[in-house]
Amino acid sequence: MSMGLLRLLRGNKATAPVARERLQILLAHERGMRGQPDLLGVLREEILAVVSKHVTLDPTKVIVRLERGDEVSTLEVDIEVPNDIERKKVAVA
Amino acid sequence: MSKVLVVTSGKGGVGKTTTTAALGAALAQRGDKVVVVDFDVGLRNLDLVMGAERRVVFDLINVVQGVAKLPQALIKDKRLENLWLLPASQTRDKDALTEEGVGKVIADLRSRFDWVICDSPAGIERGASMAMRFADEAVIVTNPEVSSVRDSDRIIGMLDSKTVRAEKGERVEKHILITRYDPSRAARGEMLTIDDILEILATPLLGIIPESQDVLKASNVGTPVTLSNADGAPARAYMDAAKRLCGENVTMHVPAERRGLMDRLLRRRAA
Repeated sequence: MSMGLLRLLRGNKATAPVARERLQILLAHERGMRGQPDLLGVLREEILAVVSKHVTLDPTKVIVRLERGDEVSTLEVDIEVPNDIERKKVAVA
Repeated sequence: MSKVLVVTSGKGGVGKTTTTAALGAALAQRGDKVVVVDFDVGLRNLDLVMGAERRVVFDLINVVQGVAKLPQALIKDKRLENLWLLPASQTRDKDALTEEGVGKVIADLRSRFDWVICDSPAGIERGASMAMRFADEAVIVTNPEVSSVRDSDRIIGMLDSKTVRAEKGERVEKHILITRYDPSRAARGEMLTIDDILEILATPLLGIIPESQDVLKASNVGTPVTLSNADGAPARAYMDAAKRLCGENVTMHVPAERRGLMDRLLRRRAA
């Protein structure tokens, strides 16, 4: 039985072209990102610095998440503030 | 003409250690003086694949930290006059690999050998970056499979930016070595083709190692595959790759599907 007929009977198609296409799209994206600063890391650090000037907070309870959509992307910032807020006075320079 | 060659991949289990042992032996068989260096600190295996696991006394970390002198840590191969092994430490932490220390050891090895072949650990962390740091050339071991190709692309990016050569504005000469290539699966369209991989990675091809029982058998007995079955397809492919590393022009042999009757019967049973 030839390979072609065998494939026809099993109903499976060559998957290698799919692999190739997926890789090409993914790597084009990943190569573009390479060498750029970690956007989310930078955002997280700066938001943390600004907020903690005024409010005491636990740095591990600050979550910054970026979701990429087709039309718009959303930036979600979730900061947990303890109830016993201790307001700090802004330091006078 | 001493050259430092890193064997790397990003992904684990693609054949870096097998390739290091095979290329090291192949270059030594050609008469060059070769040392193979294991950078997989904590998970060393090059000693085992080379059949020298019971002869390890000192290791790379001992030399980096000045506990042992380089000649004390080098293990001479029992089969090949020109082949030596510098094992990794099994107990220490990869953080013991300081850039300064590794740089000194590599410089010392350069003065003693024609080829310094560094077997990189998987991943992109300290062990892997130290293995490639001082390289002149790189062999990127890639399987015809999406995750391996993606990781190879990432490693190529590191070779072009994180090596001493890259930082000096020079190039690390890169080669793709495709391993575990299965011609029958390629013929059925189940596996990325050689052309697909080379086009995606845009890096020249050093060789194609066919999937073969020879490779497992060689590691079972602790002998580089070029020595254990010198007439087998993987051994010949590795010998050709070694010739290309030395600048020889060797026709690339793409493993073809064997279509004998017995072969077909056996393959259908295996499928």
